[in-house]
Order: sequence, then structure tokens, then C-alpha cells
Amino acid sequence: MPILNDILTLLPELYLVVAVCLILLLDAFMKPAQRPQLHWIAIVVLLVAIYLVIAGQPDQSVTAFNGMFVRDHLAEILKVFALGITATVFVYARPYLIDRGMLGGEFYTLMIFAVLGVMVMVSAGNLVTVYLGLALLSLSSYALVALNRDAKLPPEAAIKYFVLSALASGMLLYGMSMVYGASGMGGTPTLDLAQLHNVMAYTTAPKLLLFGLIFMLVGIGFELGVAPFHMWLPDVYHGAPTPMTTFIAAVSKLAAFGLAWRLLETGMGDLTRYWQPMLAALATASLMIGNLVAIVQTNFKRMMAYSTISHMGYVLLGLSAATPEGYAAGLFYVITYALMGLAAFGVMLALTRAGFECEEITDFKGLNQKAPWTAFLMLLAMFSLAGVPPLFGFWAKVLVLEAAIHANMLWLAIVGIVAAFIGLYYYLYVIKVMYFDEPDEGTVVAVKADLSLRVVLSVNGLALLALGLYWGPLLGWCQRAFGV
Amino acid sequence: MFNHILSLLIWLPIVGAIPVLLAGSARPMLARSLALLITIVTFVASLWLLRYDPNGPVMQLAETHVWIATWGVHFTLAVDGISVALILMTTFVGILVIGGAWKVIQNRPHQYMACMLVLEGLLIGVFCATDALVFYAFFEAVLIPMYILIGMWGGPRRVYATLKLFIYTFTGSVFMLIALLYLYQKAHTFDLATLAALPLTMKEQTWLFFGFLIAFAIKVPMVPVHTWLPDAHVEAPTGGSVWLAAVMLKIGTYGMLRFILPITPDAGAHFAWIVIVLSLVAIVYIGYVALVQPDMKKLVAYSSVAHMGFVTLGIFMAFMLVRDSGNIEMASLGLQGALVQMISHGFVAGAMFTCIGVMYDRTHTRQISDYGGVINMMPWFGFFYVLFAMANTGLPGTSGFVGEFMVILASFSASPWIAIFCAFTLIIGAGYTLWLVKRVLWGPVTTEHVKHMSPLNGRETWVLVGFAVGVLAIGVWPQPLVHLMDSSVAHLVQQLAVHKI
Repeated sequence: MPILNDILTLLPELYLVVAVCLILLLDAFMKPAQRPQLHWIAIVVLLVAIYLVIAGQPDQSVTAFNGMFVRDHLAEILKVFALGITATVFVYARPYLIDRGMLGGEFYTLMIFAVLGVMVMVSAGNLVTVYLGLALLSLSSYALVALNRDAKLPPEAAIKYFVLSALASGMLLYGMSMVYGASGMGGTPTLDLAQLHNVMAYTTAPKLLLFGLIFMLVGIGFELGVAPFHMWLPDVYHGAPTPMTTFIAAVSKLAAFGLAWRLLETGMGDLTRYWQPMLAALATASLMIGNLVAIVQTNFKRMMAYSTISHMGYVLLGLSAATPEGYAAGLFYVITYALMGLAAFGVMLALTRAGFECEEITDFKGLNQKAPWTAFLMLLAMFSLAGVPPLFGFWAKVLVLEAAIHANMLWLAIVGIVAAFIGLYYYLYVIKVMYFDEPDEGTVVAVKADLSLRVVLSVNGLALLALGLYWGPLLGWCQRAFGV
Repeated sequence: MFNHILSLLIWLPIVGAIPVLLAGSARPMLARSLALLITIVTFVASLWLLRYDPNGPVMQLAETHVWIATWGVHFTLAVDGISVALILMTTFVGILVIGGAWKVIQNRPHQYMACMLVLEGLLIGVFCATDALVFYAFFEAVLIPMYILIGMWGGPRRVYATLKLFIYTFTGSVFMLIALLYLYQKAHTFDLATLAALPLTMKEQTWLFFGFLIAFAIKVPMVPVHTWLPDAHVEAPTGGSVWLAAVMLKIGTYGMLRFILPITPDAGAHFAWIVIVLSLVAIVYIGYVALVQPDMKKLVAYSSVAHMGFVTLGIFMAFMLVRDSGNIEMASLGLQGALVQMISHGFVAGAMFTCIGVMYDRTHTRQISDYGGVINMMPWFGFFYVLFAMANTGLPGTSGFVGEFMVILASFSASPWIAIFCAFTLIIGAGYTLWLVKRVLWGPVTTEHVKHMSPLNGRETWVLVGFAVGVLAIGVWPQPLVHLMDSSVAHLVQQLAVHKI
């Protein structure tokens, strides 16, 4: 029964489709007073999905539906973290959504659809599956960014996101069509990533293939948010409701890493010598632009957007090494970043209340005096983002720098180092505002009393310290994904 | 338990910071008492290190824990005589710092005490790590509590000073990180003993040497990258200044001993003249700079730079002595002098900053011109102040003399010119210190500030007695300290004599 096996391979995704449809139905038939219960249902749905991903994980890479779908260790790690982080975002978002009257089925269904898109994308074995997952993620994200439709900024952000993202998707598709064309010249045309690996060897149109690669790289660069394809990030981060920003910062980047690896290594692994310098150039640009522009930001979300740009530069440092160690370092980095961003935005969400968006950096003034524990969690997140040992972010930087040096790109490692101390300033500035400034009138009064938020946020923040002290198992897991 | 004495020493203060924090701002006395108790326990535990046998193997009390298996990183700790001396100094100063800050810090004292404890644990970690990555992690992590310490409890320009300190030292350190990663490529380990035995070409050594030198020179600090230090000292609270001067500067020179001497001996020998020149500039030029400071803390900060110049001079002169003239005996003497100077400066500078803190608590000014005739109001304080000032000038019988004398003696064998410039410090040092004493202590009471100064209280007296014991003990009878470090110094001299090319 090969079809049954295929379905079993896809079980977590299929389960999620069914579950999200049920949530949609429940939402329609529930009494308004009961709708807040959807929150817990949605979290349980995601936790069950994590269980299905881990429990059904085969030892070896398995494909389904003629190679359309791949289930390997990389997909497992990315899915577990994407689902787990989405569940955390739900916890962080609840008080925010309640205060703004946005708590309802549409948020949860759209989020789960988005994470489903992530799951499909990171498991893609075929260009069509890649695009399918990407489209599902993007369409849900546009709607989510615009969810608070009566406010001024979100619709603007959504339109920007939609237009630029559509352009980038177009580039990606265009690139894919060229690659497909090139594979047909001198052989059988194919969309299968594993088969595309050898196209360079036989195609009669190598230039077409390279053009395809470059166009695809634009799409990848856009999804990762690396310079010069980064312009959407600050506006979307700023304009989107904070829970959505958190999702884009954390989960979408995991997805983008999966996308990049599937396309570049599985699909275009034969063209490493072409895309390696391109990635190195993108990494350099991101590291510099991200860190330099972040220094002058006064809005915390925008600052975090530029910080994301620079951090994606570090991820590219790992990817551009084009070795299994480098990929493992990149994966490690992107997971690290997701957890750090999650903690930083989690603190923001904990401080936001009805009628007060905590989003300017000055809103954190004197936080240590009013809420020392929350300030401490933010301190951990900031030092971790800055890459100060012994926090988690430091080890991620060490790993990607080591990968770059290992791949004979010492200069790139030095660029990374220079960027690290340029970037230091704005993280330290946030800590300065929290710890060294006196609180003003009108800044944060108290932390949200929501117990689940406080507990999960504490775990999230302390994880940055704990994983910094003991990061071996996670590294081992990342390395296993690439057979190091 | 005593197999893990080093881990215990590191984690006791760090974990101890948690109950201190939990005591909260509502119960400041509880937080202070807990902090004091923890530092005392740490000090008592650190006395176990005196079991270090100077005639035994170089590294003792070693511990190894597998940390990151896939990366070959081990959490390894061990001590030699140098580390033992520095750790004992750290735990001792730790008690005095907590005592010194007892009443002074009224604003969230529990957080202050917790910062102090974390800082102490991390500094001990720096002195006993024998894995380069572990060393680096401690070396950098020290900045976190220091940043908070200066930024939260510092003076008016504290934000500027603390950002400068953090960015300056972090910038230097990351170059060292690149150097370490490069070494990891070659050796596939971060173990310092393995790295010391790794053959490296001159070109590699040169790059590595400068990578290390930038990191450590900023931490020491050496001219011309010393400018963060006066700012940090002036703005830091007394306790922060004492940590900074007494222990944090030492991790720079300690790093030189652990990295530059064993890993890049050839490049070190080739470029030793750069460091020697910079050290002499520090000794002479910074001495003159100290002379003209109107602010007491700045004056002592600059004198710290000058004194640390002696340490770097002693370390790098050893290269000249061993490589050029094969004078191993004198090289050992120079290194010994540098090490004694490190310990001595820890006590002397710590004491000087404590003294300034004592005066500042009463008058809230650090300007020398606001003082005069303090001895009339605080006779016992005057006694201590003069004692520490004499130690700062290097008077025989105080700890300041021993190290400086050994370094000058060794420098004579290297080159009389170095010795002449070196000896200048005795004049300039006496100049700025004695003039400081004259303006602050002697004479009639002239200013309103001084009129209201109250005599030393019991707590302050005990803290100053603690420093005085350290200063005099090393000054009168340095033999145990020298003996403790003897075999380690001999080992260092061997390491820097090896040609690795």
C-alpha cells in the first residue's frame, strides 16, 4: 500500500489540516462567550502536532508522493521548533488579543495555516511543493498582518508586505521556470529537487540555469530578509500587530532557512561555486546594513527588524560555507535567533496593555525598578542577541564564524566580527534604558498578570542562559540533520 | 568535594547571587549579610588552594568535564602558582569590597551585591580555566556585571563610561576569538596545553600575536588603548573601581601569560620591542599625565596604567632576556617581578580607591581642590592613606617596592636604557602620589567639605586594615608568594624559550 505509506509520512500535516478546519467550524458555531476557549484548543492542536512529528520520525530520510515531500531530520527540527514557537506566540499573544478585541478563530486558524505552510515548505522535495508551502505561509501572513484592520499602520504594512512579497515570489517562480527549462535541454525536464542536482552536468543551457539560480536567490533573500532585499522588514515589523511580528521574526525565518537549504543544497548543490560568493556578498551587506541602521532606530520593533537583517547575515555565513558543518551552524543560528527574538518580543507583549503599545525603546525606561524580573529576561535576550558569552547567542556566532573560517573565508568571519561589535551598541542601549534610566510618567506601569505568559516567558528567557551553558545536545541534533 | 574545589569556587558566588537577589530591596540588611557570608565562605574555601605544591607538577587540582562533545570542548579547570595567588587575592578583595559597599549603596543594594558576587565568580573562572574557549567565555562574561555595576550605581557620566568600557573591551576580545577559532582549525581542540605545543609558522604567529595583543592590551590597559579606564574609574562606584583596579586589569596580563607566551613565543620575541616601548610610554608619559589630574580617582586610574606598564614590561622583557642573551635567571626575575607587581597593585590600587571612596562618601566630591587638612578630621584615615600612598610610590617595606625592584633589576640586564626609563617611575610616582597626599591630607582645614568629615567608622577601619595587611605582608615577606609562583614562572620561561617554527 504505497499510498498509505505516503499518507502516514504526511500525517502531521494532514492532521493539522483537519484540526484547523475543525477549529474553523468550532469558531463558527461557538457562543461568543466561549470563543476564548479556542486559545487552549489551538495550543493543544499544536502540541499534538509536535508529538506526531517526533513520534513518526523515520530514522532515514523518507519521501512521499514520488519525491514531492521529504521527511528527514532537518524537516523534523524545523517543524518542531516552528510548531513550538507558534504555540508560545499564542501564549504571549492572548492578553494582547483580549485587550484589542482580536481574540477569535481567525487569528488561530490563520496562524495554524501559516505554520502548515512552513511545514510543507521545509519538507519540500519538489519546486512545486516549495512554492505551495511558501504561498500558504505568505497568504496567511498578509491577512494576519492586516488583522487589526481598523488601526492605521497594519493595513499599510500588509499592503507593503503583499506587494513586495508578490514581486519576490514572482522572481522565485521565474527562476524556477528557468531552471525547469534548463533541465529540459539535454534531458528530461524535471521539477524534482534531487534530480535538479545534476542538471549542470548535462544541460545544454548552463547560462539559463545560472540565471534561474540568481532569480531564485532573490526570492530566498527576500524570505530571509537579507540586504538588499530587506526593505519590507522594518515596515512590516513596525506595522504588524506585535504577535504577528513575533511570528514573522521567529517562525518565518526558520522556514526561510529550510527553503534556502532545500533550493541551494538539494537542488543547486552542484552550483556551489556560483552561489557561494553571492551568499557571502549578501551576508556582508546584511551584516553591515542591519547593524548600522539599527543603531539609529528609536522604535524597538524597527530596531529588532534591522537586528533580524544582521542576524540573517550570520545565518548566511553558515550557509555560504556550503559544508555540512556550515549548514549545521546555520541551522543552529536560526534556531537561536528564533528563541532570542521570541523572548524579546515576548517581553514587549508582556508590557503592552489596552491603549498602550510598548514599542518605543524609551517605553522600557526604568523597567528594572518596576518589574525587575521582566527586565532581567530582556537583559538576557539583549546580551544573547549581542553575542556576549555565556549566553546562547554567543555560541551560535562562534559556530558560524568557525564554519566560515573552515571554508577558507577568513575575511567573511572578520566582517562578521566587525559587525558584532557595531551591533553591540544598540543592544546595550536597550539595557541602558531599562537599568540606568529613571522611569517616566506614562511608561510601563506593570507587567501583565497573565500567569501562563509569565511562566512561559520566564522559561523562554532562562532557556537562553541554560542553552548557553549547555548547548551540546542542540548542536548534536543540528549536526545529525546534515549527517556531520 | 575537594576534587571539585575550583568549580566550587566559581559557582559558589554566582549561585549565591540568587538568594541575595531574592532577599529583595525590602530586606537590604539580609541581602548584605548574605553577600558577606558568601564571600567569606568563598575565601575560606579558596584557602584550600594553598595545598598547591610548588614542587609538584605545574598544573594541579585539575578538573575535566566533557562539555560539548561534538566540538571537543571540555570544561577544564586547573591552577598553577600564578592562578593560586590571583584567586586568593580575588576572594580576599571580594570580602573587602562587600564590606566597603555596606552602607554606601542605598539604591537597590541587593542587586549591587548580586552583581559583585557574579563578578567574583566569573573572575575566579578566568584565573583557572585551562580551555581557551572556557577562558574566553569567562573573560567576556565579566563585562556583563561590570556594565550593570557602573551604569546603575555610577556617577553622572556613567552611561558614557560604561558603554565605552564595554564596547572597547568587547571590540578587542573579538579579535582574540578569531585567533582562537583559527587555532581550533589547526589543532581541533581548545585545550591550552595542546595549543602551546602546536607548531606554527611565523606568519601565523604574527597574526595570532596581534589578535591576542589587541584583546589583552585593551584589558590591561596599555597605551594607547587605555582611555576607557580613567572614564570607567571616575564614574564607577567605589566597589566597581576596586574590582576594576584590583582584579579586572589583571586578567589582561594574565591572558598574556597564558596565551601570548606559550602559543606565539616566536612572534612574541620578534615584536616584544613594541610592547616594551608601549610599557615605557605608560610608565613615563602616563605618570606625567597622572601628575596633572585634578580628580583623585582619575589620578589613581592613571597611576594604575603606569603600574600595569611595569607588569607588561616585566613579561615582555623576559623575551629579550631569554632570546637575545639567554639570561634565564634574569628573565625569571622579571616575570616574578611582574607577577608580584600584579598582586601588589591589586591591593594598593584597591586600597587607594577605597580610601577615595571613604572620603567621597562624606563629601561627595572627588576634586583634589575641595580637600585639604583631612588629617585634622580623620587622623586614622590619614595613617592608612599615607601607608597606601607610600606603597603606591614603591617604598621599601611595602608591596609596591618588591615588584618594581625586581622588574628594574631585570631590565638592567636587558638594557640600561630600559632601566633608566623604568626608574623614572620612582620619581614621577613619588611626585604625583606625595603631592596628592600633601594637597588632600596636610595643611589646615580650608574647605567647607572637609569641616564636616567624620572619623573612620569601625567597618571602614576593618576594610582598610584588610588592605593594609595585604600590602605589608607582601612588602615585608614576599618569599612565600615568590616561592608559590616559582615553578610556574620557570615553566613559563621554558615555554617562551621554545622555537616553534
